Amino acid sequence: MSRMVVNATVNGEPVEFLAGGGQSLLDALRDELRLTGSKEGCGTGDCGACSVIVDGRLVCACLMLAPEAEGTRIETIEGLADNGHLHPLQHQFLEQAALQCGFCTPGLLMASKALLDRNPDPTETEVRYWLAGNMCRCTGYDKVVRAVMDAAADLRQAEKPR
Amino acid sequence: MSGVDYLAPASVADAVSALRASAGSARLMAGGTDLLVQMRGGRAKPQVVIDLKRIPGLVGIRCEGGGFVIGGATSGAALGEHVALKAAWPGVIEAANLIGSTQVQGRASLGGNLCNASPAADSVPALIAAGAVCIIEGPAGVRAVQVEKVQAGPGKTTLAADEILVAFRLPARPARSSDAYLRLIPRTEMDIAVVGVGVSLTLDAGGVCNAARVSLGAVAPTCLLVEAAGAALVGTTLDDAALAKMEAAVSEACRPISDKRGTAEYRTKVACVLARRAALIAKDRANA
Repeated sequence: MSRMVVNATVNGEPVEFLAGGGQSLLDALRDELRLTGSKEGCGTGDCGACSVIVDGRLVCACLMLAPEAEGTRIETIEGLADNGHLHPLQHQFLEQAALQCGFCTPGLLMASKALLDRNPDPTETEVRYWLAGNMCRCTGYDKVVRAVMDAAADLRQAEKPR
Repeated sequence: MSGVDYLAPASVADAVSALRASAGSARLMAGGTDLLVQMRGGRAKPQVVIDLKRIPGLVGIRCEGGGFVIGGATSGAALGEHVALKAAWPGVIEAANLIGSTQVQGRASLGGNLCNASPAADSVPALIAAGAVCIIEGPAGVRAVQVEKVQAGPGKTTLAADEILVAFRLPARPARSSDAYLRLIPRTEMDIAVVGVGVSLTLDAGGVCNAARVSLGAVAPTCLLVEAAGAALVGTTLDDAALAKMEAAVSEACRPISDKRGTAEYRTKVACVLARRAALIAKDRANA
Protein backbone atom coordinates (compact mmCIF):
# COMPACT_ATOMS: atom_id res chain seq x y z
CA MET A 1 0.00 0.00 0.00
CA SER A 2 1.26 3.42 -0.87
CA ARG A 3 0.91 6.37 1.43
CA MET A 4 0.48 9.73 -0.18
CA VAL A 5 1.40 13.23 0.86
CA VAL A 6 -1.70 15.38 1.29
CA ASN A 7 -1.62 19.15 1.50
CA ALA A 8 -4.70 20.94 2.80
CA THR A 9 -5.78 23.89 4.91
CA VAL A 10 -7.24 22.93 8.26
CA ASN A 11 -8.83 25.68 10.34
CA GLY A 12 -6.92 28.28 8.35
CA GLU A 13 -3.52 26.63 8.79
CA PRO A 14 -1.70 24.85 5.96
CA VAL A 15 -1.04 21.24 6.89
CA GLU A 16 0.82 18.38 5.26
CA PHE A 17 0.28 14.77 6.26
CA LEU A 18 0.71 11.23 5.01
CA ALA A 19 -2.46 9.32 4.23
CA GLY A 20 -3.19 5.75 3.24
CA GLY A 21 -5.26 5.36 0.08
CA GLY A 22 -8.15 3.82 1.98
CA GLN A 23 -7.83 5.94 5.09
CA SER A 24 -10.81 8.09 5.97
CA LEU A 25 -10.46 11.82 6.42
CA LEU A 26 -11.71 11.25 9.97
CA ASP A 27 -8.86 8.87 10.76
CA ALA A 28 -6.36 11.27 9.21
CA LEU A 29 -7.69 14.19 11.26
CA ARG A 30 -7.61 12.18 14.47
CA ASP A 31 -4.52 10.01 14.01
CA GLU A 32 -2.23 12.02 11.75
CA LEU A 33 -3.16 15.58 12.73
CA ARG A 34 -4.19 14.75 16.32
CA LEU A 35 -7.41 16.71 15.94
CA THR A 36 -9.55 14.41 18.05
CA GLY A 37 -12.56 16.71 18.39
CA SER A 38 -14.32 15.05 15.43
CA LYS A 39 -15.73 11.76 16.72
CA GLU A 40 -16.39 8.41 15.16
CA GLY A 41 -19.86 7.22 16.08
CA CYS A 42 -20.99 4.84 13.35
CA GLY A 43 -18.36 5.11 10.62
CA THR A 44 -21.10 4.79 8.01
CA GLY A 45 -22.42 8.32 7.64
CA ASP A 46 -25.51 7.81 9.77
CA CYS A 47 -24.70 9.63 13.01
CA GLY A 48 -22.95 12.86 12.01
CA ALA A 49 -20.50 12.86 14.95
CA CYS A 50 -17.61 13.32 12.49
CA SER A 51 -19.20 16.28 10.66
CA VAL A 52 -16.67 18.72 9.23
CA ILE A 53 -16.89 21.42 6.57
CA VAL A 54 -14.84 20.86 3.41
CA ASP A 55 -14.69 23.73 0.92
CA GLY A 56 -17.88 25.10 2.45
CA ARG A 57 -19.79 21.81 2.30
CA LEU A 58 -20.85 19.87 5.37
CA VAL A 59 -19.68 16.26 5.07
CA CYS A 60 -19.10 13.23 7.25
CA ALA A 61 -15.32 12.87 7.59
CA CYS A 62 -15.82 9.10 7.85
CA LEU A 63 -17.32 9.08 4.34
CA MET A 64 -14.44 10.87 2.66
CA LEU A 65 -11.01 9.46 1.92
CA ALA A 66 -8.07 11.36 3.34
CA PRO A 67 -6.30 11.74 -0.06
CA GLU A 68 -9.41 13.48 -1.36
CA ALA A 69 -8.56 16.34 0.99
CA GLU A 70 -5.66 17.43 -1.28
CA GLY A 71 -6.00 21.15 -1.89
CA THR A 72 -9.17 21.56 0.15
CA ARG A 73 -10.07 23.91 2.96
CA ILE A 74 -11.29 22.00 6.01
CA GLU A 75 -13.05 23.38 9.08
CA THR A 76 -13.24 21.26 12.21
CA ILE A 77 -14.54 21.82 15.72
CA GLU A 78 -11.03 22.81 16.84
CA GLY A 79 -11.32 25.97 14.73
CA LEU A 80 -14.78 27.04 15.89
CA ALA A 81 -13.74 29.12 18.88
CA ASP A 82 -11.84 32.27 18.02
CA ASN A 83 -8.67 32.58 20.09
CA GLY A 84 -10.32 31.13 23.17
CA HIS A 85 -13.56 33.04 22.62
CA LEU A 86 -16.42 30.61 22.18
CA HIS A 87 -18.51 30.81 19.03
CA PRO A 88 -22.11 31.92 19.74
CA LEU A 89 -23.21 28.34 18.95
CA GLN A 90 -20.87 26.95 21.59
CA HIS A 91 -22.02 29.59 24.04
CA GLN A 92 -25.70 28.78 23.49
CA PHE A 93 -25.11 25.01 23.68
CA LEU A 94 -23.63 25.60 27.14
CA GLU A 95 -26.30 28.12 28.20
CA GLN A 96 -29.14 25.84 27.19
CA ALA A 97 -27.51 22.59 28.30
CA ALA A 98 -27.82 21.28 24.74
CA LEU A 99 -25.45 18.44 25.52
CA GLN A 100 -25.10 15.73 28.09
CA CYS A 101 -22.40 13.21 27.25
CA GLY A 102 -21.06 15.53 24.56
CA PHE A 103 -20.04 12.89 22.02
CA CYS A 104 -22.33 14.24 19.30
CA THR A 105 -21.64 17.88 20.15
CA PRO A 106 -18.68 18.61 17.84
CA GLY A 107 -20.67 17.23 14.91
CA LEU A 108 -23.81 19.12 15.87
CA LEU A 109 -21.86 22.35 16.24
CA MET A 110 -20.17 22.01 12.84
CA ALA A 111 -23.45 21.07 11.18
CA SER A 112 -25.15 24.05 12.83
CA LYS A 113 -22.32 26.34 11.75
CA ALA A 114 -22.67 25.14 8.16
CA LEU A 115 -26.40 25.96 8.35
CA LEU A 116 -25.93 29.43 9.80
CA ASP A 117 -23.13 30.20 7.32
CA ARG A 118 -25.66 29.92 4.50
CA ASN A 119 -28.92 30.69 6.28
CA PRO A 120 -28.58 33.17 9.14
CA ASP A 121 -32.30 33.13 9.93
CA PRO A 122 -33.53 29.52 9.70
CA THR A 123 -36.96 28.41 10.85
CA GLU A 124 -37.19 25.72 13.50
CA THR A 125 -38.29 23.28 10.79
CA GLU A 126 -35.24 24.13 8.69
CA VAL A 127 -32.99 23.56 11.70
CA ARG A 128 -34.58 20.19 12.43
CA TYR A 129 -34.28 18.97 8.84
CA TRP A 130 -30.73 20.27 8.46
CA LEU A 131 -29.67 18.43 11.64
CA ALA A 132 -31.50 15.19 10.79
CA GLY A 133 -28.13 13.53 10.10
CA ASN A 134 -26.78 14.28 13.58
CA MET A 135 -27.81 11.72 16.16
CA CYS A 136 -27.94 12.62 19.84
CA ARG A 137 -28.95 9.91 22.27
CA CYS A 138 -29.07 12.19 25.34
CA THR A 139 -30.86 15.47 24.80
CA GLY A 140 -33.91 14.65 22.76
CA TYR A 141 -32.89 17.48 20.37
CA ASP A 142 -35.19 20.21 21.73
CA LYS A 143 -32.42 21.96 23.60
CA VAL A 144 -30.12 21.61 20.60
CA VAL A 145 -32.68 23.22 18.30
CA ARG A 146 -33.34 26.03 20.77
CA ALA A 147 -29.62 26.66 21.15
CA VAL A 148 -29.18 26.89 17.37
CA MET A 149 -32.14 29.26 17.00
CA ASP A 150 -30.81 31.51 19.78
CA ALA A 151 -27.25 31.41 18.43
CA ALA A 152 -28.64 32.44 15.04
CA ALA A 153 -30.37 35.39 16.71
CA ASP A 154 -27.13 36.29 18.55
CA LEU A 155 -25.19 36.23 15.29
CA ARG A 156 -27.78 38.37 13.51
CA GLN A 157 -27.66 40.85 16.37
CA ALA A 158 -23.87 40.98 16.19
CA GLU A 159 -24.03 41.62 12.43
CA LYS A 160 -26.39 44.60 12.78
CA PRO A 161 -24.81 47.97 12.14
CA ARG A 162 -24.83 49.94 15.35
CA MET B 1 -9.56 -0.30 4.48
CA SER B 2 -5.77 -0.48 4.48
CA GLY B 3 -3.86 -1.63 1.43
CA VAL B 4 -6.00 0.45 -0.90
CA ASP B 5 -4.47 2.68 -3.54
CA TYR B 6 -6.20 5.96 -4.28
CA LEU B 7 -6.12 7.43 -7.78
CA ALA B 8 -7.57 10.73 -8.89
CA PRO B 9 -7.19 10.81 -12.68
CA ALA B 10 -7.54 14.12 -14.49
CA SER B 11 -9.31 12.73 -17.56
CA VAL B 12 -11.87 10.09 -18.46
CA ALA B 13 -9.27 8.40 -20.67
CA ASP B 14 -6.89 8.08 -17.72
CA ALA B 15 -9.69 6.73 -15.54
CA VAL B 16 -10.59 4.14 -18.20
CA SER B 17 -6.92 3.13 -18.48
CA ALA B 18 -6.70 2.74 -14.70
CA LEU B 19 -9.87 0.65 -14.72
CA ARG B 20 -8.47 -1.63 -17.43
CA ALA B 21 -5.10 -1.90 -15.72
CA SER B 22 -6.75 -2.95 -12.46
CA ALA B 23 -8.32 -6.01 -14.08
CA GLY B 24 -11.42 -5.84 -11.93
CA SER B 25 -9.78 -4.90 -8.63
CA ALA B 26 -10.71 -1.22 -8.83
CA ARG B 27 -13.88 0.61 -7.90
CA LEU B 28 -14.95 3.98 -9.23
CA MET B 29 -15.87 6.56 -6.63
CA ALA B 30 -18.11 9.59 -7.07
CA GLY B 31 -19.35 10.84 -3.67
CA GLY B 32 -18.35 7.61 -1.96
CA THR B 33 -21.38 7.53 0.33
CA ASP B 34 -22.20 3.96 -0.71
CA LEU B 35 -18.73 2.70 -1.65
CA LEU B 36 -16.95 3.69 1.56
CA VAL B 37 -19.71 2.10 3.66
CA GLN B 38 -19.40 -1.10 1.60
CA MET B 39 -15.61 -1.08 1.97
CA ARG B 40 -15.85 -0.59 5.69
CA GLY B 41 -18.36 -3.41 6.02
CA GLY B 42 -16.18 -5.72 3.91
CA ARG B 43 -18.76 -6.03 1.14
CA ALA B 44 -16.47 -4.24 -1.33
CA LYS B 45 -12.75 -5.00 -1.24
CA PRO B 46 -11.17 -2.94 -4.01
CA GLN B 47 -7.39 -2.69 -4.26
CA VAL B 48 -7.75 0.61 -6.08
CA VAL B 49 -10.25 3.42 -5.63
CA ILE B 50 -10.55 5.70 -8.65
CA ASP B 51 -11.92 9.08 -7.62
CA LEU B 52 -13.83 10.66 -10.53
CA LYS B 53 -14.30 14.12 -9.03
CA ARG B 54 -11.06 15.62 -10.36
CA ILE B 55 -12.08 14.93 -13.97
CA PRO B 56 -13.38 18.07 -15.71
CA GLY B 57 -17.09 17.70 -16.46
CA LEU B 58 -17.75 15.03 -13.85
CA VAL B 59 -18.75 17.70 -11.36
CA GLY B 60 -20.96 20.57 -12.42
CA ILE B 61 -24.13 21.48 -14.27
CA ARG B 62 -24.34 23.20 -17.63
CA CYS B 63 -27.22 24.28 -19.82
CA GLU B 64 -27.09 22.82 -23.32
CA GLY B 65 -29.65 22.98 -26.11
CA GLY B 66 -32.39 24.09 -23.74
CA GLY B 67 -31.72 21.12 -21.46
CA PHE B 68 -29.09 20.35 -18.87
CA VAL B 69 -25.95 18.25 -18.70
CA ILE B 70 -25.18 17.15 -15.14
CA GLY B 71 -21.78 15.71 -14.27
CA GLY B 72 -22.21 12.22 -12.87
CA ALA B 73 -20.36 13.03 -9.64
CA THR B 74 -22.11 16.35 -8.92
CA SER B 75 -23.30 16.46 -5.31
CA GLY B 76 -26.95 16.58 -4.32
CA ALA B 77 -26.29 19.84 -2.51
CA ALA B 78 -25.02 21.43 -5.74
CA LEU B 79 -28.07 20.15 -7.64
CA GLY B 80 -30.41 21.65 -5.07
CA GLU B 81 -28.72 25.04 -5.32
CA HIS B 82 -29.08 25.26 -9.13
CA VAL B 83 -32.12 27.50 -9.52
CA ALA B 84 -32.81 26.89 -13.22
CA LEU B 85 -32.37 23.13 -12.95
CA LYS B 86 -34.69 22.98 -9.95
CA ALA B 87 -37.30 25.07 -11.76
CA ALA B 88 -37.23 22.85 -14.86
CA TRP B 89 -36.96 19.48 -13.08
CA PRO B 90 -38.36 19.84 -9.55
CA GLY B 91 -39.07 16.11 -9.35
CA VAL B 92 -35.51 15.09 -10.20
CA ILE B 93 -34.11 17.53 -7.67
CA GLU B 94 -36.51 16.61 -4.86
CA ALA B 95 -35.63 12.95 -5.43
CA ALA B 96 -31.89 13.61 -5.38
CA ASN B 97 -32.23 15.78 -2.28
CA LEU B 98 -34.14 13.07 -0.38
CA ILE B 99 -31.04 10.90 -0.25
CA GLY B 100 -29.51 10.79 3.23
CA SER B 101 -28.65 13.69 5.47
CA THR B 102 -27.27 17.17 4.83
CA GLN B 103 -23.81 15.62 5.22
CA VAL B 104 -24.58 12.90 2.66
CA GLN B 105 -25.99 15.54 0.30
CA GLY B 106 -22.60 17.24 0.38
CA ARG B 107 -21.17 14.17 -1.41
CA ALA B 108 -23.84 11.86 -2.85
CA SER B 109 -24.32 12.03 -6.63
CA LEU B 110 -26.76 10.96 -9.34
CA GLY B 111 -24.08 8.82 -11.01
CA GLY B 112 -23.28 7.03 -7.79
CA ASN B 113 -26.93 6.53 -6.96
CA LEU B 114 -27.60 4.95 -10.36
CA CYS B 115 -24.45 2.80 -10.53
CA ASN B 116 -24.82 1.57 -6.94
CA ALA B 117 -27.88 -0.04 -8.55
CA SER B 118 -30.15 -0.24 -5.53
CA PRO B 119 -33.75 -0.88 -6.57
CA ALA B 120 -34.68 1.68 -3.89
CA ALA B 121 -32.38 4.44 -5.22
CA ASP B 122 -34.38 7.64 -4.86
CA SER B 123 -33.06 9.62 -7.80
CA VAL B 124 -33.41 6.81 -10.35
CA PRO B 125 -37.22 6.70 -10.80
CA ALA B 126 -37.22 10.48 -11.13
CA LEU B 127 -34.46 10.36 -13.77
CA ILE B 128 -36.26 7.58 -15.65
CA ALA B 129 -39.53 9.51 -15.59
CA ALA B 130 -37.63 12.56 -16.83
CA GLY B 131 -36.34 10.65 -19.83
CA ALA B 132 -32.77 11.34 -18.74
CA VAL B 133 -29.95 9.90 -20.83
CA CYS B 134 -26.59 8.70 -19.49
CA ILE B 135 -23.38 9.61 -21.26
CA ILE B 136 -21.12 6.59 -20.87
CA GLU B 137 -17.49 6.53 -21.90
CA GLY B 138 -15.23 3.54 -22.42
CA PRO B 139 -12.31 2.37 -24.53
CA ALA B 140 -14.56 2.18 -27.59
CA GLY B 141 -15.74 5.74 -27.21
CA VAL B 142 -18.86 7.48 -25.98
CA ARG B 143 -22.40 6.10 -25.99
CA ALA B 144 -25.73 7.44 -24.79
CA VAL B 145 -28.12 5.17 -22.89
CA GLN B 146 -31.54 5.77 -21.35
CA VAL B 147 -31.33 5.65 -17.55
CA GLU B 148 -33.84 2.78 -17.40
CA LYS B 149 -31.36 0.60 -19.31
CA VAL B 150 -28.56 0.93 -16.75
CA GLN B 151 -29.70 -1.06 -13.71
CA ALA B 152 -29.46 -4.82 -14.27
CA GLY B 153 -30.40 -6.01 -10.78
CA PRO B 154 -29.49 -5.21 -7.19
CA GLY B 155 -25.87 -3.99 -7.26
CA LYS B 156 -25.48 -4.72 -10.98
CA THR B 157 -25.40 -2.45 -14.00
CA THR B 158 -25.24 -2.95 -17.76
CA LEU B 159 -22.02 -0.91 -17.96
CA ALA B 160 -18.98 -2.84 -19.13
CA ALA B 161 -16.18 -3.26 -16.57
CA ASP B 162 -14.14 -0.53 -18.27
CA GLU B 163 -16.92 1.99 -18.84
CA ILE B 164 -17.61 5.12 -16.84
CA LEU B 165 -20.86 7.03 -16.45
CA VAL B 166 -19.71 10.55 -17.17
CA ALA B 167 -22.87 12.66 -17.17
CA PHE B 168 -26.64 12.81 -17.45
CA ARG B 169 -28.50 14.74 -20.10
CA LEU B 170 -31.93 16.11 -19.25
CA PRO B 171 -33.89 17.16 -22.34
CA ALA B 172 -35.30 20.59 -23.09
CA ARG B 173 -38.72 21.06 -21.52
CA PRO B 174 -41.82 21.91 -23.57
CA ALA B 175 -44.15 24.51 -22.02
CA ARG B 176 -46.55 23.20 -19.33
CA SER B 177 -44.25 20.35 -18.36
CA SER B 178 -43.24 19.25 -14.89
CA ASP B 179 -42.36 16.30 -12.73
CA ALA B 180 -42.63 15.01 -9.18
CA TYR B 181 -41.11 12.29 -7.01
CA LEU B 182 -42.67 10.81 -3.89
CA ARG B 183 -41.38 8.08 -1.67
CA LEU B 184 -42.69 6.32 1.40
CA ILE B 185 -40.47 5.77 4.41
CA PRO B 186 -41.65 5.08 7.97
CA ARG B 187 -40.10 8.36 9.19
CA THR B 188 -39.52 11.79 7.68
CA GLU B 189 -35.77 11.67 6.93
CA MET B 190 -32.76 9.42 6.60
CA ASP B 191 -34.28 6.15 5.45
CA ILE B 192 -34.49 3.89 2.42
CA ALA B 193 -37.59 4.02 0.23
CA VAL B 194 -40.28 1.39 0.83
CA VAL B 195 -41.65 2.60 -2.50
CA GLY B 196 -40.62 5.51 -4.71
CA VAL B 197 -42.53 6.92 -7.68
CA GLY B 198 -41.46 9.46 -10.30
CA VAL B 199 -43.89 11.04 -12.75
CA SER B 200 -43.06 13.50 -15.52
CA LEU B 201 -45.69 14.93 -17.86
CA THR B 202 -46.58 17.63 -20.35
CA LEU B 203 -49.98 19.29 -20.77
CA ASP B 204 -51.30 21.03 -23.88
CA ALA B 205 -52.85 24.50 -23.82
CA GLY B 206 -56.22 22.98 -22.94
CA GLY B 207 -54.80 21.10 -19.96
CA VAL B 208 -54.83 17.72 -21.70
CA CYS B 209 -51.80 15.55 -21.03
CA ASN B 210 -49.88 14.80 -24.23
CA ALA B 211 -46.83 13.04 -22.77
CA ALA B 212 -46.27 11.18 -19.51
CA ARG B 213 -43.73 8.83 -18.03
CA VAL B 214 -44.13 6.93 -14.75
CA SER B 215 -41.29 5.12 -12.99
CA LEU B 216 -41.30 3.00 -9.85
CA GLY B 217 -38.58 2.26 -7.29
CA ALA B 218 -38.29 -0.50 -4.67
CA VAL B 219 -41.00 -2.70 -6.18
CA ALA B 220 -38.77 -4.87 -8.41
CA PRO B 221 -35.08 -5.83 -8.70
CA THR B 222 -34.50 -2.62 -10.67
CA CYS B 223 -36.29 0.70 -10.93
CA LEU B 224 -38.98 0.33 -13.58
CA LEU B 225 -40.28 2.45 -16.41
CA VAL B 226 -44.02 1.65 -16.59
CA GLU B 227 -44.96 2.71 -20.10
CA ALA B 228 -48.60 1.63 -19.73
CA ALA B 229 -48.97 3.87 -16.67
CA GLY B 230 -47.75 6.89 -18.60
CA ALA B 231 -49.93 5.96 -21.59
CA ALA B 232 -52.99 5.85 -19.29
CA LEU B 233 -52.56 9.56 -18.61
CA VAL B 234 -51.99 10.70 -22.21
CA GLY B 235 -55.08 12.22 -23.82
CA THR B 236 -56.71 12.89 -20.45
CA THR B 237 -56.92 15.74 -17.93
CA LEU B 238 -55.83 13.27 -15.23
CA ASP B 239 -59.44 12.68 -14.25
CA ASP B 240 -60.34 9.86 -11.88
CA ALA B 241 -60.84 7.33 -14.65
CA ALA B 242 -57.38 8.03 -16.09
CA LEU B 243 -55.75 7.89 -12.68
CA ALA B 244 -57.49 4.58 -11.94
CA LYS B 245 -56.21 3.21 -15.23
CA MET B 246 -52.71 4.40 -14.37
CA GLU B 247 -52.95 2.75 -10.94
CA ALA B 248 -53.96 -0.52 -12.58
CA ALA B 249 -50.89 -0.36 -14.82
CA VAL B 250 -48.68 0.43 -11.83
CA SER B 251 -50.14 -2.44 -9.84
CA GLU B 252 -49.59 -4.77 -12.79
CA ALA B 253 -45.93 -3.76 -13.08
CA CYS B 254 -45.06 -4.20 -9.39
CA ARG B 255 -43.24 -7.38 -8.42
CA PRO B 256 -41.86 -6.49 -5.02
CA ILE B 257 -40.34 -8.63 -2.30
CA SER B 258 -41.74 -8.76 1.21
CA ASP B 259 -39.19 -7.69 3.79
CA LYS B 260 -38.92 -5.77 7.05
CA ARG B 261 -39.79 -2.55 5.26
CA GLY B 262 -43.11 -3.82 3.93
CA THR B 263 -44.97 -6.72 2.41
CA ALA B 264 -45.36 -7.14 -1.33
CA GLU B 265 -49.08 -6.32 -1.06
CA TYR B 266 -48.40 -3.16 0.94
CA ARG B 267 -45.71 -2.00 -1.48
CA THR B 268 -48.00 -2.55 -4.45
CA LYS B 269 -50.83 -0.61 -2.83
CA VAL B 270 -48.51 2.23 -1.83
CA ALA B 271 -47.04 2.41 -5.35
CA CYS B 272 -50.54 3.07 -6.70
CA VAL B 273 -51.28 5.74 -4.10
CA LEU B 274 -47.95 7.51 -4.61
CA ALA B 275 -48.25 7.36 -8.41
CA ARG B 276 -51.64 9.08 -8.21
CA ARG B 277 -50.36 11.76 -5.86
CA ALA B 278 -47.15 12.32 -7.85
CA ALA B 279 -49.10 12.62 -11.10
CA LEU B 280 -51.38 15.25 -9.56
CA ILE B 281 -48.42 17.19 -8.13
CA ALA B 282 -46.69 17.13 -11.53
CA LYS B 283 -49.93 18.34 -13.13
CA ASP B 284 -50.27 21.22 -10.65
CA ARG B 285 -46.65 22.19 -11.26
CA ALA B 286 -47.12 22.03 -15.03
CA ASN B 287 -50.11 24.36 -14.71
CA ALA B 288 -48.32 26.79 -12.44
